[in-house]
Amino acid sequence: MTTVAVKPATMAQALTRALRDAMAADPTVHVLGEDVGRLGGVFRVTDGLAKEFGEDRCTDTPLAEAGILGTAVGMAMYGLRPVVEMQFDAFAYPAFEQLISHVSRMRNRTRGAMPLPITIRIPYGGGIGGVEHHSDSSEAYYMATPGLHVVTPATVADAYGLLRAAIASDDPVVLLEPKRLYWSKDTWNPDDPQSVEPIGRAVVRRSGRSATLITYGPSVPVCLEAAEAARAEGWDLEVVDLRSLVPFDDETVCASVRRTGRAVVVHESGGFGGPGGEIASRVTERCFHHLEAPVLRVAGFDIPYPPPMLERHHLPGVDRILDAVARLQWEAES
Amino acid sequence: MTVMEQRGAYRPSPPPAWQPRTDPAPLLPDTAPYRVLGTEAAGKADPDLLRRLHAHLVRGRRYNAQATALTKQGRLAVYPSSTGQEACEVAAALVLEDRDWLFPSYRDTLAVVARGVDPVEALTLLRGDWHTGYDPYAHRVAPLSTPLATQLPHAVGLAHAARLKGDDVVALAMVGDGGTSEGDFHEALNFAAVWQSPVVFLVQNNGFAISVPLDQQTAAPSLAHKAVGYGMPGRLVDGNDAAAVHEVLADAVRRAREGGGPTLVEAVTYRMEAHTNADDDKRYRADSEVETWRAHDPIALLERELTERGLIDEDGIRHAREEAEELAADLRARMNQDAVLDPMDLFAHVYAEPTPQLREQQAMLQAELAAEQDGGDR
Ligand SMILES: Cc1ncc(C[n+]2csc(CCOP(=O)(O)OP(=O)(O)O)c2C)c(N)n1
Repeated sequence: MTTVAVKPATMAQALTRALRDAMAADPTVHVLGEDVGRLGGVFRVTDGLAKEFGEDRCTDTPLAEAGILGTAVGMAMYGLRPVVEMQFDAFAYPAFEQLISHVSRMRNRTRGAMPLPITIRIPYGGGIGGVEHHSDSSEAYYMATPGLHVVTPATVADAYGLLRAAIASDDPVVLLEPKRLYWSKDTWNPDDPQSVEPIGRAVVRRSGRSATLITYGPSVPVCLEAAEAARAEGWDLEVVDLRSLVPFDDETVCASVRRTGRAVVVHESGGFGGPGGEIASRVTERCFHHLEAPVLRVAGFDIPYPPPMLERHHLPGVDRILDAVARLQWEAES
Repeated sequence: MTVMEQRGAYRPSPPPAWQPRTDPAPLLPDTAPYRVLGTEAAGKADPDLLRRLHAHLVRGRRYNAQATALTKQGRLAVYPSSTGQEACEVAAALVLEDRDWLFPSYRDTLAVVARGVDPVEALTLLRGDWHTGYDPYAHRVAPLSTPLATQLPHAVGLAHAARLKGDDVVALAMVGDGGTSEGDFHEALNFAAVWQSPVVFLVQNNGFAISVPLDQQTAAPSLAHKAVGYGMPGRLVDGNDAAAVHEVLADAVRRAREGGGPTLVEAVTYRMEAHTNADDDKRYRADSEVETWRAHDPIALLERELTERGLIDEDGIRHAREEAEELAADLRARMNQDAVLDPMDLFAHVYAEPTPQLREQQAMLQAELAAEQDGGDR
């Protein structure tokens, strides 16, 4: 009897499984970071790895992000594949010097002689009631740095697939883990978790005819909910989950927008200088003649991430998305 | 040519003219943490100071317990307790003059309260209604810093600026053992020593950075040793001995004020509770270790000294406890009131003048709130 076990699993569990499988498959894969060993990480994503693979393969480092990423550079130079954990989005900032001055451009500086296969895992984004410095959406900084791949999963299966792909990549990959989805459950087949999508492919999560919501990471479930709610208004929305911000899948996004003729980009990081600006321009440049309305953006406000008691007013929710969708009738009205 | 061959070719030449600028010996910390309570030094301590320290320790302990209870009732998002570390917290606040500045880390609410900040305002960050609940200038207390060690260079800069202005202001900056690994810690110490800034760095070595024990954080003989390499003295003190912490910090503050430059003080203490209410400390330490430290409790140590020397009686102790109860009751009552928040505050303090873009977003939120209100009224 060969029934495929499809069990509910959380995103955090899938990430743990991806690390474990990658470490088992390749002895050069090493995990390092603050509290990743005995504690298993503050989100327990590295739980059990130190026990199974030893503390040389899953290492508690001193508390120093620049040191963590900087030593990972040296480890990668010597043939290892480091996977580093930054404990929270805002605590990756001390490592920016290493990230921007070295990690992102070592291949380029050395004319290809010294690629750095480093995976940088960063729990990011808000919506969990975290105090100051625990809720930043920092994707725009990473996207603006040439030489880095930037990916972010929205489903349990993608969390597994993208982390495996990131570790297998010969280039540095920033894996942004939406922390408010860590405990979200999906049915997932843990017996066949090998279905690794290559980095750089978006996916249509829900098809529709009247407009496209372009989104990623923590905003994907919000957009799906908005799409359901929009049915009552007579809108049939398509939802595209980018999965990969760099490289960007123009093909999937533009194919969708050409079909629907209307698009809204949704993300929780600030709108000004944010990812939505880039995405909207690309879509406009490529699909201008198919567009029935300007590409709109629904983003977080352009403010430092607010305290938890006010974050619901900041995060783009279903209503704000529906308002934008309503504004897509722009041409008809003007 | 290899390095070894080069070595062979090396011909002796006169020694370099360079000389170490400081004899490292006076910079080195004691080998054992300095203690006052239970030693002869206690006899020289000011009885009034000891009684004040005691009252603050008891209040601090009660405050920690109350704040932790508030997390269980959902009134506080999170609380990093400093139970066991009260002596450091209290001494850090009491050692400063009004014109001095305190630069606390995220665990140092007690020091902030002992400095005079309203107990509720000190918790605003952890309650989640705003990032900093107090005016830093009112009591000369910088915002509690969540990113580790990043407040240390600020302390150096402020002290430097004060000195440039001719003010005899001292800055005292607090950091945990884990925070001493951050680059900012090292850069701050170096600046302070090069500029001879009036700064005191207080490291509370409470054994752990979340789950990581000290021996995985540093290979140095002590954290106080780190001072030597930068050219400032390092002092090692028993962090559960309030009189000792106060004395060592007072020396350091005096030195700084008199132009003697910075000092690094390592207070050896222990975190009696988990990292925060959200942490499971069973994963990284044994109950027996915690129990060992219970026998070295900062309040018990001071109470014994005071009692044996007849500086406090049962009434005095009861009085301290009653005062602490009042503080806790007030904290409880005020924290149990729902915070009244205005969502428009989101835009209030991003810039001195909101940008046109922020004004637009403000109008959008205003409209949303009005629509919500209408919906609610119907
Ligand atoms: C730059 C930075 N990295 C990581 C964190 C997450 N973090 C918060 S507290 C903590 C441990 C701090 O340990 P220590 O400095 O010893 O202070 P203690 O908690 O013991 O008071 C960590 C890793 C942070 N706040 N800032």
